[in-house]
Amino acid sequence: MDWAQIWRIVSVPDNVPITLIAILVPFYTWYGLRQAVATDRLIDKLQADPALAKTGHRKILPFLPEWSREVPVWPYLLKIEFLAAIIVTLILMIWSITLNAPLEEPANPNFTMNPSKAPWYFVGLQEMLVYFDPWFAGVVLPSLIVVGLMVFPYVDTNPLGLGYYTIKQRVIPLFSFGFGFFLWLLLIFIGTFVRGPGWMWFWPGQPWDHTRVIYEVNRNLPDVLGIHNLWLGGILGVLAIAIFYAGAGWGIHKWLTKPGLNRTLYERTSLLQYATFQFFAITVLAGLPAKMILRLVFRVHYVLITPWFNI
Amino acid sequence: MSKPEDEPKSTTLLETAKEALQGLREDIKDPQRTQIWKSVFRVKHERSDPRTRSLGVLGNVFLHLHPGRINRDAVRYNYTWGMGGITFYLYLVLTFTGVLLMFYYHPTKLQAFRDILYLEHDVPFGRLARNMHRWAAHLMIITLWLHMFRVVLTGSYRRPREFNWCVGVILLVLTLLLSFTGYLLPDDQLGFWAVTVGTNMARATPLLGNEGPFGPALGMTPYNDVRFALLGGSIVDANALLRAYIWHCIAIPVLASVFMIVHFWRVRKDGGISGPSPVMLESEIKPPAKVR
Ligand code: HEM
Repeated sequence: MDWAQIWRIVSVPDNVPITLIAILVPFYTWYGLRQAVATDRLIDKLQADPALAKTGHRKILPFLPEWSREVPVWPYLLKIEFLAAIIVTLILMIWSITLNAPLEEPANPNFTMNPSKAPWYFVGLQEMLVYFDPWFAGVVLPSLIVVGLMVFPYVDTNPLGLGYYTIKQRVIPLFSFGFGFFLWLLLIFIGTFVRGPGWMWFWPGQPWDHTRVIYEVNRNLPDVLGIHNLWLGGILGVLAIAIFYAGAGWGIHKWLTKPGLNRTLYERTSLLQYATFQFFAITVLAGLPAKMILRLVFRVHYVLITPWFNI
Repeated sequence: MSKPEDEPKSTTLLETAKEALQGLREDIKDPQRTQIWKSVFRVKHERSDPRTRSLGVLGNVFLHLHPGRINRDAVRYNYTWGMGGITFYLYLVLTFTGVLLMFYYHPTKLQAFRDILYLEHDVPFGRLARNMHRWAAHLMIITLWLHMFRVVLTGSYRRPREFNWCVGVILLVLTLLLSFTGYLLPDDQLGFWAVTVGTNMARATPLLGNEGPFGPALGMTPYNDVRFALLGGSIVDANALLRAYIWHCIAIPVLASVFMIVHFWRVRKDGGISGPSPVMLESEIKPPAKVR
């Protein structure tokens, strides 16, 4: 274990925010889920007791009848805002005094940086280039992610769980979004801590060997199956993708129609909403990890090869 | 020429000055009664009176995005985590430090890198301004993701807030683009290669890139495709630096500001912060009005 190598990556000034993410994201996940668990318990209690549901207080926050429902923004909200501004300013000041922004040599087109990494928030995109060609990883997939985020509220027909933390009432969106967020962070961690010179795979703590050469044989799916004819290979690729869509779609369908709340919500969903969700779920949330596993574990490069583009 | 009845009332210059001084003293003790104060703040503020305090918030251009009064639970930190507000505050910090940097920065191949060195070593507080600009940008992306995360966890993106969520997604893209365009400006190896790698992807844009699917068939070459449009050339050079500068300092901030104004306005129009609201039970789901 080469701790110095790990430290060399962690202590790059532009990577300090990643350490911050590694602390803040788990903290706020816990902070939110803790409230969700408390709310779920309250929901169970109210559901078991209809009389209580009629009269009981429906928040996990304390409330006494003599308290006023509303408070003046000034000072109750403004003081929090000003306090937050002061704290953020302080943190930023200390951070800026103790750590300098990086500045490398002047730009030099004749001297390539190796590895040449994007800033951490784009390193996930760069890592996707390993699994897909640039037209897909760099252009189509990011567009799908942005559009997918935008249609998210329009395909979620759940009337429950608006305005409070809960898990049991919102399993599907929480899992879908959470998984996407996790994948995105995973790509960033791989891109930052695992990828070394030549964008080769170095386990964390493995020294970066600039002279290393990997003799890995990346095969395409048709070759794996021993098909070398271009036409047959193309048909096979389309078939493989079709089977993947059908299989993943079937699995997601099973999940969406699970008896109980999922089923109730499914019945409120129009065909267009259902199809839209399936498309994004299969293509982005299932497709990306599937291709990652194919590439990293089975060393399969392309599934579909055509004269115009490869997937 | 003065009339006789004016005679007894006439006072000495000293007395007039004393009177004026007395008035001034009272004004300083209670500035709220002065014309200047009234003209600026429009309402008189009583410390103890909630009504005029509400009016004070509503009558202030910087505070009027807030309602006068708000649900007692909505001010709790544990609901919103304050992440939207902190993101906005960081945007303000970035604007301020960014303007400071602009005073010293020339977007030319000859000077850009030297200007950064100058900022770091000679300009008073130049290094602090640069560091704060850098780290605030990174922090803003983190708080932005946490803000989104909170909105998802509380289900706040749903009706009637779907559109505001979409505005938010656009803000997310604009914020990332701001970071990306800013990365090139120091004109060092780090930025140069990051932007080279980034814009090389644009080559592969389907239909519009010279190496993308069906691009060449549509007549795309390295000299007329989207990458050329982004860089103002076929390599990352002086034109790319100028374009990055203009996108970074003018175009995207203006766009982002407009979308932020819409975003905040919609938060109010959509009924304020979505919660913390009372829980709804599964047994209370009403059948959908109409299945389309
Ligand atoms: C520059 C970026 C952004 C700024 C400055 C900003 C600011 C804010 C602020 C101050 C609020 C009030 C509540 C709070 O603090 O949580 C808010 C609410 C909201 N934001 Fe953002 N936001 C930004 C980006 C986003 C993004 C990326 C999304 C989602 C994709 C989003 C979606 C929403 C929604 C849906 C609400 C309403 C939440 C509710 O009513 O509970 N915003 N935003």
